[in-house]
Amino acid sequence: MFESLTQKLETAFKKLRGQGKITPQNVEDSLREVRRALLDADVNYKVAKQFIEDVQKRAIGQEVLSSFTPGQLIIKIINDEMVKLLGESKMDIASAQTPPTVILVAGLQGSGKTTFSAKLANHLKSKGRFPLLAAADVHRPAAIDQLEVLGKQIEVPVYAERGTGAVKIAKESVNFARKNVRDTVIIDTAGRLHVDEEMMKEVEAVRDAVKPDEILFVVDAMTGQDAVNAARAFYERLNFDGVVLTKLDGDSRGGAALSIRAVVKKPIKFIGIGEKLDALEQFFPDRIASRILGMGDIVTLVEKAQEHFDEEKAVKMEEKLRKSQFTFEDFLDQLREVKKMGPISQVMGMIPGMNKLPANAEIDERGLVRVEAIIQSMTAEERSRPGIINGTRRRRIALGSGTTVQDVNRLLKQFEEMQKMMKKLKKGNMRRMMQGMNFPAN
Amino acid sequence: MQRDSVLVETLQYRNDFMAFFETLTKLKSGLAKTRDSIVSKVRRLAATKSLIDDDLLDQLEEILIAGDVGVETTDIILTNLKRRVKENKYESTDQLITLFKKEVEAILHVSESEEPSLAFLPPDCKPYVIMVVGVNGVGKTTTIGKMAYQYKQAGHKVVIGAADTFRAAANEQLEIWAKRAGVDIVQQSHGSDPAAVAFDALSSAISRQSDVVIIDTAGRLHTKTNLMEELKKIKRVMDKRLPGAPHEVLLVLDASTGQNGLQQVKYFTAAVDVTGIVLTKLDGTAKGGIILAVSNEVKLPVKFIGVGESIDDLQLFDRRAFVDALFEGAEIGGN
Repeated sequence: MFESLTQKLETAFKKLRGQGKITPQNVEDSLREVRRALLDADVNYKVAKQFIEDVQKRAIGQEVLSSFTPGQLIIKIINDEMVKLLGESKMDIASAQTPPTVILVAGLQGSGKTTFSAKLANHLKSKGRFPLLAAADVHRPAAIDQLEVLGKQIEVPVYAERGTGAVKIAKESVNFARKNVRDTVIIDTAGRLHVDEEMMKEVEAVRDAVKPDEILFVVDAMTGQDAVNAARAFYERLNFDGVVLTKLDGDSRGGAALSIRAVVKKPIKFIGIGEKLDALEQFFPDRIASRILGMGDIVTLVEKAQEHFDEEKAVKMEEKLRKSQFTFEDFLDQLREVKKMGPISQVMGMIPGMNKLPANAEIDERGLVRVEAIIQSMTAEERSRPGIINGTRRRRIALGSGTTVQDVNRLLKQFEEMQKMMKKLKKGNMRRMMQGMNFPAN
Repeated sequence: MQRDSVLVETLQYRNDFMAFFETLTKLKSGLAKTRDSIVSKVRRLAATKSLIDDDLLDQLEEILIAGDVGVETTDIILTNLKRRVKENKYESTDQLITLFKKEVEAILHVSESEEPSLAFLPPDCKPYVIMVVGVNGVGKTTTIGKMAYQYKQAGHKVVIGAADTFRAAANEQLEIWAKRAGVDIVQQSHGSDPAAVAFDALSSAISRQSDVVIIDTAGRLHTKTNLMEELKKIKRVMDKRLPGAPHEVLLVLDASTGQNGLQQVKYFTAAVDVTGIVLTKLDGTAKGGIILAVSNEVKLPVKFIGVGESIDDLQLFDRRAFVDALFEGAEIGGN
C-alpha cells in the first residue's frame, strides 16, 4: 500500500507547526505532493496543474483552525474542490416525449460498451421500463452474438441484423421498438479510436439517423493521460450528454474521471463495478475524490462519523469508546461506513490495524463480508454484551453466518483486544488509538 | 539561426531515413494522425530556446507525464539527465533532446534481452505454448488472431485454444479470427472449465504435431483473487499435459492505460510469471508510456505492439521506433 498523502503532507508541514495561516511559502511543498498524487492517479497533467492552482488560491490566507493541522486543512480544501469539480451525482437518462427514448452508447475499443449497454438495459428494466438493445457494432467479430447472449441473460430483446451497416441497424431498431412497444432503445456501437476518421463519421451518421435523446461516452477507469484526448474528440463529434466510467472494481485510482469532467463538463452518470449484469452503480463524487487522492484516511473514520452523525452523536460515540462500551453494533456501523467509502483496498488505511499489514497484502473483500455475517448472526443482547457468547452461542452464530466456530472465536478475540485498547483511549485522541487496534484481515 | 536550420534538416533527414529503413510504415502512419512531428517541434524549440534551463526541463517532464510514463520513472529519467548535463556541460537544446531520448531508451534497453523472432521457435518445445492474459478489453482475442496469422505466415502450424469460456460470444469472436488466420481452434461450450480447454488444446496440438499453441484466457481484473487463482490453475494444468508449458506468458496491455498498468503487470506476474508484454492500440493518440514505468520496475520485454484492426497490424516491438513515437506530437519548446 502506498504511503498516504496525509502522511506526506504532515511531513511537509512539520516545519511550520504553530503557524496560524497558510501562506504561499508554506503551501508549496505540500502542493507538490498533491500534484504527484494526482498524476499517479492518472489525472491529466494540465488538469492537475489547473486544479492545484485553484486549490492554492483558495488555501492561501485560510486560518488554520485549532482542530485541524495545516495538512488536514489542505486536504479538506482539495477534497472539497475535487468533489465540486466532479459535480453532482445524477443517474437520470433523458426520456423522449414520444417514445421510444433512444440512447446511443459510444467509446473506444475495450472500454466496456457492450457490457454497459446490457447493464443499462437491466437497470431500466428493473425501473419498470421496456428496453430494447440494438446491436450496431458491425465491426468487431461476434459483437452481435455477445449482445444477443447478454440480452438473453437479462431477458431483454436484442435487435440485430447481420450483413448490413450500423446506420441501418440503428434506424431499424427504433422502428422495431415503435412497433413492438419498447419504450427505450439502447444502441451499442462499435469501439473506435477517436483519430479514426472513417469510424467517427460512422457514429456521427448513426446519431444523425436516429437523433438520440441521450448519448453516453463509455470510458475505462484505468485510462491514463490520453483520456482527455479521446473524451474531447468524442465530445466534439457527438456532443455526448454523460460519461460512464467502467472497470472501477479494479484498483485503478480513476483520475480519468476528473480529467474528463474538467475538459468536457459533462456529468459522470454511471460507474461499472463488476462483470455481473447488475454491477452498475450511481457515481458518487466524494468516493472518487478520495480514491483519486489515494487515501482512505483523508476523512478518517472519526471525521466521517462526524459528517454522518450529528455532533451530539459523535460525542456519544467518543464517550462510548472511552468507557469501552463500544459494542458489536457500533462495530458493524463502522464497518458499513467504511464499506460505503469505496473499494476496500483504498480504505484499508483507515480501518483500525489495517495499516499494519505488510505492503501489498492481499485483501480479501469476502473477509469483511464474513465479519458482517458473523455480527448479524448475533442477537441484540450478544452484540452489546459479547461476554455472554458461550460455546453453544458460538456454534449457533457460526452456523447462522455460514462460518466456522474458529472464525467466530477469532472475531471475538479481536474485538476483545480492541476494547482493551479503547480503555487506554484518551478523549479526542481516537484516531491514533484506532490505528493500533487489531482487525481481522480475513 | 543558421545552425538551427541545419539541425532541423539533419533531423528531418534522419527521421526520413529511419522511417524508410526501419519499416515503420504502420506505426508512423498511425501516429501521423497525431498532428505534429518531432521535427516541427524541434523547429519551434530552436526558435524559442537554445539553452538548457529549468523551463525546458519542465517541458520535458510534461512530455513524459503526458505519455503516461508516471511520476517516479519521469523523476529518474530527469535526474539522470540533469546529472549528465552537469557532468558533461551540455548546453544546447539539440544535445539535450538526444540525451533525453538516450535516457528513455536506456530504461527500455534494460529489459530488452533478445530480438524476438517469429520464424525461429526456441528448441525443445514442440509445440511452443503461448498463454495470453490481461484485464478486460485490452485486446487479447484480437492480438491472438493476429499472432496466429503471423506465426502461420512464418511457416508454423498453429492451434488456438479458446479458454475464455466466460465472456459472452468470446468463442465466436475467436473462431472468426482463427478462420481469418487459417489456423485450427480448440474450444468447448460457454461456461466450461478453461483449464480443461487449455488441456485439450495442448493434447490436440501434440497429436496434430502443431508447432505453436496460443491459449486465450478471459479478461480479468488483477485484483480479483479468485479469477487470478483460476489463471494459475490453467497454467498448472498446461504444465501437467506438457511439462514446461506454457513457454511464454504474454500480458496484453492497452496503450492508453495509465499508472494502473504497473499494478496489472505486478499482479499478473506474481500469479503466472509473465514473460513478455504486448502493447495494443498504439494507433490511437495514447503513447503507451506506461511501458517505461513497467520496464523501470520489472524486467519484462515488450514482444509485440498492436497498431490497427486488420490481421497484419501486429508488429514485433522496435524500441527506437517506440521512443520516437513517444515524442511525436509532443510540445517541446513551445512558448
